[in-house]
Amino acid sequence: MTEPILTLTGISKSFPGVRALHNVSLELFPGQVTALIGENGAGKSTLVKTMTGIYQPDEGEIRVKGQVVTLPTAISATHAGITAIHQETVLFDELSVAENIYLGHAPRNRFGMIDWKTMKNEAQKTLDSMAAGIDAGTPLKELGIAKKHLVAVARALSVDAQVVIMDEPTAALSQKEIEELYVLVELLKADGKAILFISHKFDEIYRICDRFTVFRDGEMVGKGFIKETPENEIVKLMVGRSVDHIFPARTATIGETVLEVKGLSHPTEFEDISFEVRKGEILGFYGLVGAGRSEVMQAVFGMTQIASGTMVLGGQTIAPKSAADAVEAGIVYVPEERGKQGVITGEPIFKNVSLPSIDKTSARGFIRMAEEFALARTYTERLDLRASSLSQNVSTLSGGNQQKVVIAKWLATLPKVIILDEPTKGIDIGSKAAVHEFMGELVSQGLSVIMVSSELPEILGMSDRVVVMREGHIIETLENKNLQPETLVRLAAGIAKEKAA
Amino acid sequence: MTDTTATGRHLPDRLDNPVKSAVLSWESLLVLVALAIFIANSFASPYFLNEWSLSDMTFNFTEKALIALAMALVIITGEIDLSVASIIALASTMMGLALQAGADTPVLVAVGIGVGVLCGAFNGFLITGLKLPSIVVTIGTMSLFRGIAYIVLGDQSFKGYPASFSWFGQGYVFWVISFELVLFLVCAFIFYVVLHHTNFGRRVFAIGNNATAARFSGVRVDRIKFVLFCLTGLMSGIAAVLLTARLGSTRPSIAEGFELEAVTMVVLGGVSILGGSGTIIGVVLAALIMGLVTFGLGLLNVPGIVMSIFIGSLLIVVIALPILFRMWRQRKA
Amino acid sequence: MNRLLKTRELWLALGILAVIVLVTLRFPRFSQPGNLLTIFNDTSILMMLALGQMAVILTRSIDLSMASNLALTGMIVAMINAAAPGVPIPLLIAGSVVIGSALGAFNGILVWKLDIPPIVVTLGTLTIFRGLVFVISGGAWVNAAQMSQEFIQLQRGTFIGLPILSWFAIVVATLVYLLMTRTAAGRAFYAIGVNPTAAVYTGINVGRTKFLAFVLAGAIAGLCGYLWISRYVIASVEVAGGYELTIVAACVIGGVSIAGGIGTVAGALLGALFLGVVNNALPVIGVSPFWQMAISGAAILIAVVLNGRSERTKGRIILKKAEAA
Repeated sequence: MTEPILTLTGISKSFPGVRALHNVSLELFPGQVTALIGENGAGKSTLVKTMTGIYQPDEGEIRVKGQVVTLPTAISATHAGITAIHQETVLFDELSVAENIYLGHAPRNRFGMIDWKTMKNEAQKTLDSMAAGIDAGTPLKELGIAKKHLVAVARALSVDAQVVIMDEPTAALSQKEIEELYVLVELLKADGKAILFISHKFDEIYRICDRFTVFRDGEMVGKGFIKETPENEIVKLMVGRSVDHIFPARTATIGETVLEVKGLSHPTEFEDISFEVRKGEILGFYGLVGAGRSEVMQAVFGMTQIASGTMVLGGQTIAPKSAADAVEAGIVYVPEERGKQGVITGEPIFKNVSLPSIDKTSARGFIRMAEEFALARTYTERLDLRASSLSQNVSTLSGGNQQKVVIAKWLATLPKVIILDEPTKGIDIGSKAAVHEFMGELVSQGLSVIMVSSELPEILGMSDRVVVMREGHIIETLENKNLQPETLVRLAAGIAKEKAA
Repeated sequence: MTDTTATGRHLPDRLDNPVKSAVLSWESLLVLVALAIFIANSFASPYFLNEWSLSDMTFNFTEKALIALAMALVIITGEIDLSVASIIALASTMMGLALQAGADTPVLVAVGIGVGVLCGAFNGFLITGLKLPSIVVTIGTMSLFRGIAYIVLGDQSFKGYPASFSWFGQGYVFWVISFELVLFLVCAFIFYVVLHHTNFGRRVFAIGNNATAARFSGVRVDRIKFVLFCLTGLMSGIAAVLLTARLGSTRPSIAEGFELEAVTMVVLGGVSILGGSGTIIGVVLAALIMGLVTFGLGLLNVPGIVMSIFIGSLLIVVIALPILFRMWRQRKA
Repeated sequence: MNRLLKTRELWLALGILAVIVLVTLRFPRFSQPGNLLTIFNDTSILMMLALGQMAVILTRSIDLSMASNLALTGMIVAMINAAAPGVPIPLLIAGSVVIGSALGAFNGILVWKLDIPPIVVTLGTLTIFRGLVFVISGGAWVNAAQMSQEFIQLQRGTFIGLPILSWFAIVVATLVYLLMTRTAAGRAFYAIGVNPTAAVYTGINVGRTKFLAFVLAGAIAGLCGYLWISRYVIASVEVAGGYELTIVAACVIGGVSIAGGIGTVAGALLGALFLGVVNNALPVIGVSPFWQMAISGAAILIAVVLNGRSERTKGRIILKKAEAA
C-alpha cells in the first residue's frame, strides 16, 4: 500500500450565498489515476482551484507527502508540485511553444536574464521525449487544439510536478487525439505522477482510471477502486438516485420536407453540403470534432456567408445574411458555446428569453413589460426551468438551466426548424434527460430538429436519420434503423488512415 | 442566489423590491451629491441663488451633455467615441466655409448637423464595416477631423455669424430658460425613452452585455452600432451649431477636451465603461453635477484648470467609493 | 526569412524609408546624415514615451495621463531648478524619474487594488495632474532665464557624435528591450495581455503586473518631463497638451495591438519615428505644419486597418484543398 502524495482533509469553501465545498477529502497516489466524478456544480472546479492556489479554503488542510502546506498563490502550488491542465487551454497564443512551457520558471543566465537558448533546447527535449512532433520555436497559435494539449502536458513535465490535474482534457479532442492523450496519461503514470482526472465520460474513466472519488453538492459522497465498482453504482452516487438513461420513444409522424439544403459550399470550411429535414423529424449530424458540422449549421443560420449553394424553407428560397434573417425565416440555432454565444450573461432570464421576440411583445417598438414576462414565463415553465424568479441573472444558473433559457428563447419565436449544436454537452444527467424529452415533444408538435452531436448514444437514441460528416464533406446519410455505432465511427473516422496535418 | 436552492415550477417576475432598489441606486447617490453641491454653492456665494445665475450655470454643460447622451449609448454597447470634440471642430469649420459662401442660418444649421452625421457614419463604417476597435479608430479620426479644421483655418478664425444663427447658442425660449437648455431636456427625454422603453434600447444593452450572444440571438449588432456612431455624430453636429452660435466664431481649437468631459459625464452617471449597464437619468444628473461644480467654483473665482482637478477627482472618487465600501464590508464579514 | 517578411516592423521600416526616399528625390538635403540625426533627436522623447505606453497597452490597459505626468514632473523639476540652481542636474533627473514613477504608481494602485478600468483612472488623473501643474506654479511660467545653464545644456552636449538626448532614448530603449525580452516581469506584460486567465494559472499576479507597467510608463513620462522642459526651455500648464494621444498613435502605428499582448520595442520606436519623419518632412516639401495633425490621424487609421487585417481571427480551415492552398 503506497502512501498518498497529496491529501486533502476537511476542506470547506463558501462564497456569498453558496456553499461550494463542505468538509471534503481527497487522496492522490503516485502512479495512479484518480477520477473525480460529479455533476456540474458538484464542486469539482472549486476543488481544482483550491488545489492550484487560485482559491483559499475556509477550513481544512492540504498535505503534500505528509507535510501540511498552504497554497496562497498559483506559484506556491507549482512549487508544491501541483499543476493543472485545464478544460479550456490556458496557454498563450501569441507566445512561442517554448515560452508557454517555461513561462514563470524560465531558465536564467548569470545576469538573471531569461536564457532563451537553454529554454528552447530544454523545451524541445521535453517535447521530443513525448514524441509530440512539435518544434519548440513555433508560435503556439499555429498549433491545433490537440497539440496545444501536448504543450500543456509538456509544461506539467517541465515544472517537475508530482500531482497533475486534468480537467476534462478530452472535451475538445477527436477520437484519435483522445487515444494519443491516453498514451500520455500512461507515460505520466509510469513516471510516478499522481493524476486527478476529471471527466463526464464513463468510457474513458473506466479505460484509464484506477480510483474514483464522487462529489455531490459540494460534498464527497463516495470513493473506491474503479475495477471493483460497476458504472450504475457510481451514477447512483453522483445523482443520489439511480438513473437509467432512457431516450424517449419516437412518436412523431414524419411529414413533408421543411428545409432543403443544396450544394452549400464555403471557401475553407465545407463543400457541397446537401441534406433535407422533414416535418416532425430529428436529423442527427455525427462526425469527429472539427468535421465542419457546426460550421455548416452556422452558415444555415446566416452567421457565416457561403460561397455557393441554395436553401429552400417551406417552398421558399432563403439566403440568410445574418442570424436575424434566419430567425425571421424560421430557423433558430442553439449554439455549442452556451456561455459565449447562447445566453447573454449579465442580463436576467426574462430579457434573455424575450430578446429575439421583442418585436412581438412590444407595441410599435415600445417595451411592454407585462407581455414580456408572460412570454418568458410561458416558455421557461414549459421547460421546467429551475430559478428563483424571472429576474434572476442567467449567469447564476447552472449549465443545464442556461441551456433551457436558450431553448425557451428560441421556442418563443415559433420556429419551423431548430438546430441544436451539442445540446447536452457539459450539462448534468438530470438536465440531459429533460432536454432529450423535450426534443421529442418538439417534433411531435411538428417542428423539425437538427441535432449536432458527438455522443453516439445521443445520436442513436434520438435521431430519425443520421448525416455523417468528415473533413468538411457529407460522407453518408443513413436511416436510423438497426444502425450500428461501429458503422458511424468507421464513417466518421474515414477508412483510409490519413495523417492529420 | 443559485438555482440549486430554488424549487421551480412557478416563477415570479422578480423577488427584490423595486422601491428598495431605486432608493439604493447610483442615481439616488448622484441626487444627494448634486444637492450637497447645490447647498454648498448657495452658502459659498450670495450670487448663486439667482435665476440668471442658475440659467448661466446650465450653459456650462448643455453642449457637452448633449453629446454625453449619445456617448452613453455608445459606451453601453461596449464601444467609445473619442472623436466627438473633433467632429465639432470640423462641423464648425464647414459652417464657417458655408458662411463665407454666403449661406444663411438654415443652411448653416444643416451643414453643421450634416457634417456631424457624416463624420459619425465614417467612424461607424470603420468600426462595424472593417471590424476595427473603436478606441483606436476614434483616436485616429480625432486627429483627422480636427486636422482638417487646422488645414482649412491654420491660425485664422471664422467670424460674423448672423444674429438669427446666434440665437441657437444665446437665445432664450422664455424668461431665463435658454434654447440650449430646452433642447437638452427634450433630447434627454427622447434618449431616456429610447434607451429604457424601446426594443432598440433593449438591444443596445444586450450588445453591451454579450455582443456575440446578441448576434446569435438575431440582433443586428453592426447595424445598431453603426446607427449609434451616426447618432453621436448627429449630437456632435448639434453641439457644434450651439457652441459656434454661442461663441460667435470658429477656431480649429474649438471644443478641445470635450470628448474627455463627455466620457467623464457618462461614467460619473453610472454607465459601466465595460458596457452593458447605465441609465440616462444618471447621465443627466452627472451633467448637472459637473455644471454645478464648474459654476460654483467659478463664482468663487477658482480658475478653470483647478476645477478640472475637482472633476477628475470626482470621477475617480465616485467610482472608487462603492468599491472601497464593498471591500470594507467583505473584510468585516 | 518568411517569418521576417510577415513582421509589421519590416514593413513599417520600409514605409519610413519610402517617405525619406520620396522626399529626398525632390530635396536631396533631407537625407543628409546630419538631418536624419536631427530627426532622430527630435523624436527621442516621443520614442521613449511610446515605449512606456506600449508596456501599459500590452497589459490590456491604457495610460492617458502620460502627457500630464510629463507636464507636472517637468514643472516640479523646473521650479526646483529655478529656486535652487545648486541642486546637481543628475540628482534632478533622478528626481524626475522618482516623481514620474510615483504618479504612475498612483494610477497603478487604483487599477490594481480597486480594479477600476484603466481608461477611467487615467482619464481622471489626466485632468488632475494637469490641474496640479497650475496649482503648484500658480499659472506662472518658468522660462529660460530662470533655468540654470546646466539644466538647459545637459541634453545638448554630444557623445560620439550624438546629442545626449538621443543617448537617453537609446539607453531607455535598450533597457526596455532587455526588460521586455529577458525578464520575467517583461514576459508577464505579454502573458497577461495574451490571456489573463492563463496568466493567473501560471502564477502571474495580473494586478501587480499592470501596476508595474503603469510605474514604468510613469517613470519614463517623468524623465521625459525634464527632457521636454530643458529642450523647449519653457515650463507651463500647456506643456505637451493633447500629447497623450500622439503617444498612443505612435504605438498603434508601430503595430502595438490595443487589445493587448502584441507589440515590440522595435515597432513602437518605428511608429514614433514615422511620425517624426513625417513631421520633419512637411516643412521641407513646403506643406504647412497645420497638416501634421490630419496626417497623423490618417496614419493611425491606415495602420489600424492594416493591422486589423492581419490580426483578424480566421475560421477553422477544414477542407483539405483549402489547407493545401
